Amino acid sequence: MGRYVLRRLFISLPLLLVISIIAFTFINLAPGSPIDAMINPTVGLSPQQEQNLRIQLGLNQPLPLRYLLWLGQAIQGNLGYSYNTHQPVLERIGQRVPPTLELMGAALVVSTMFGVMFGIVAAVKAYSTWDYVLGAVSLLGFSVPSFFLALIALYIFAARLQILPAFGMSTSASANSLSDNLYHLILPAAVLSVELMATLTRYTRSAMLEVLHADYVTTARSKGLSNLTVIGRHAFRNALLPLITVVSLRLPVLVGGAIVVEAVFQWPGMGQLSVQAIQQRDYPVLMGLTIMISIIVLSANLLADVLYAYADPRIRV
Amino acid sequence: MNAAATLTAAAAAPPLAAPRSTNTAWGRFRRHRLALFGLTVLVVIGLAAIFAPVLAGYDPNRGDLTQLRAPPSAKHLLGTDSAGRDVLARLLYGARISMLVGVVSVSIAAVIGTTIGLQAGYAGGWVDNLLMRFTEVIMTFPVLFAVIVLVALVGPNVLNVILVIGVLGWPGLARLIRGQALSLRETDFVTAARATGASDARILMVHIGPGVLPYVMVASTLLMASAILTEAALSFLGLGVQIPTSTWGNMLYSAQSLAVLQGMPWLWIPPGAAIALSVLAVNFVGDGLRDALDPRMRID
Repeated sequence: MGRYVLRRLFISLPLLLVISIIAFTFINLAPGSPIDAMINPTVGLSPQQEQNLRIQLGLNQPLPLRYLLWLGQAIQGNLGYSYNTHQPVLERIGQRVPPTLELMGAALVVSTMFGVMFGIVAAVKAYSTWDYVLGAVSLLGFSVPSFFLALIALYIFAARLQILPAFGMSTSASANSLSDNLYHLILPAAVLSVELMATLTRYTRSAMLEVLHADYVTTARSKGLSNLTVIGRHAFRNALLPLITVVSLRLPVLVGGAIVVEAVFQWPGMGQLSVQAIQQRDYPVLMGLTIMISIIVLSANLLADVLYAYADPRIRV
Repeated sequence: MNAAATLTAAAAAPPLAAPRSTNTAWGRFRRHRLALFGLTVLVVIGLAAIFAPVLAGYDPNRGDLTQLRAPPSAKHLLGTDSAGRDVLARLLYGARISMLVGVVSVSIAAVIGTTIGLQAGYAGGWVDNLLMRFTEVIMTFPVLFAVIVLVALVGPNVLNVILVIGVLGWPGLARLIRGQALSLRETDFVTAARATGASDARILMVHIGPGVLPYVMVASTLLMASAILTEAALSFLGLGVQIPTSTWGNMLYSAQSLAVLQGMPWLWIPPGAAIALSVLAVNFVGDGLRDALDPRMRID
């Protein structure tokens, strides 16, 4: 098991390296030098000042060398400084990681729980009214864009009923109790979970339908086991494997959804920071975000691989 | 099982087969009620987009300053926005952007994805390995984030948004086509073609190409849904197509306040509903196509 995890880890590292090379190239080939974004355009710079600034920022070096310098620093945990706030990038992003993980984690748990449950119900009661209703709702779930859903949720729960807060992560900076935080989490997490929930309902249904007709399920039934035992222990455990893959494949989509949801609900996470960094052309922060997001997705994939190996002993060897 | 081959075989030999005209791909598609509904909706939206100048009645970009945020009336059926522009006109012109993004960016993604997938699946070996590792790198990365960054770097206008969504949209399709090409490569008819001295190019175009076509069609349709959603999300964040050009996404961008949500539903419900309806329609068509072409087709 340990060796298996280690092997998967070694496959992830080159992936991270390739992503960082691609991102670095694109961000640095962008039209408009970062110097333009840093200076007051009405004052301007003399050619000599601009040259000095270029040397100071290392912009006079060729691109591959600049990448190696960046990489050398990045490995030591230095991702540079924000053009905008002059904070270290790692610090600026670091503050944003926990809120995003909280939001995505909550959405992941909610969507997996309900998606799997709905999928099992739809498969066990295949071609019944329940099945059709769940099918229609899940199709609606991944067709309605998350931002429109967010606006609808804001309208109903924050504007009309006024039972849930509309924006932010806490009522005030001083009042950051856990319950207050969770209270603010409900709307964004619910909106973010819908798309994945809908996808999982569909996948669980088709995966369950496949195993429900397998010989071992018939055997279990003929042994006289209860319906619940047959579905839970015999059928579902085998349907679980493709589900792990689906969740890990859909993870990048969840990250994308988090960007939108964080922007609407002003949730102070990495998604909101990405939008700000783009608007401010804060390239070091963007580069840092790219790396951080890749690390999160790759670690989640790794976790999925481990879970897969845990659920299916055949993989481990 | 190869749906296109069965279809052409059935079409080529009508006297032999019993005349079951309904058992063609189109016949099966026609029986899929939701798919027909979806197709109808798409045709209507497409027509609305094409004839927007005739139907709108107003210049979508010119505001009437005496009519700011006016509620729906006989004069402005869906009211006006904060600059006094007619919401219905902007909605109709917005359909142009969504349809353009859907069709053009998906065509780009389909061409890239099919080429890479066929090449990887047919060549095998290190070519396959290299192409698929590259595909995985792109797949791992959140598309929306990549699209946002790239569009910001090259400049947020309609053309760039379409290009970026197309250029980043192909990995899923490429993987699917690779799998199909890989299994078709081992079939007897490909071996026979090779034995008669057919070139690789000919085998790919004539023997393997038609076999993967149904998969390309279904995957492209589903891709169209996500392309429309991506553009809308991008413009909703204010990072895509810029105002005054109207898109459904940036119409919602201007509606992000509780005051508008509560007091001016005509500003946010129509564009939101338009996006949801068109994506739903595309998904219905995709489902119908899949069932019609090959019910056993599994597309992630």
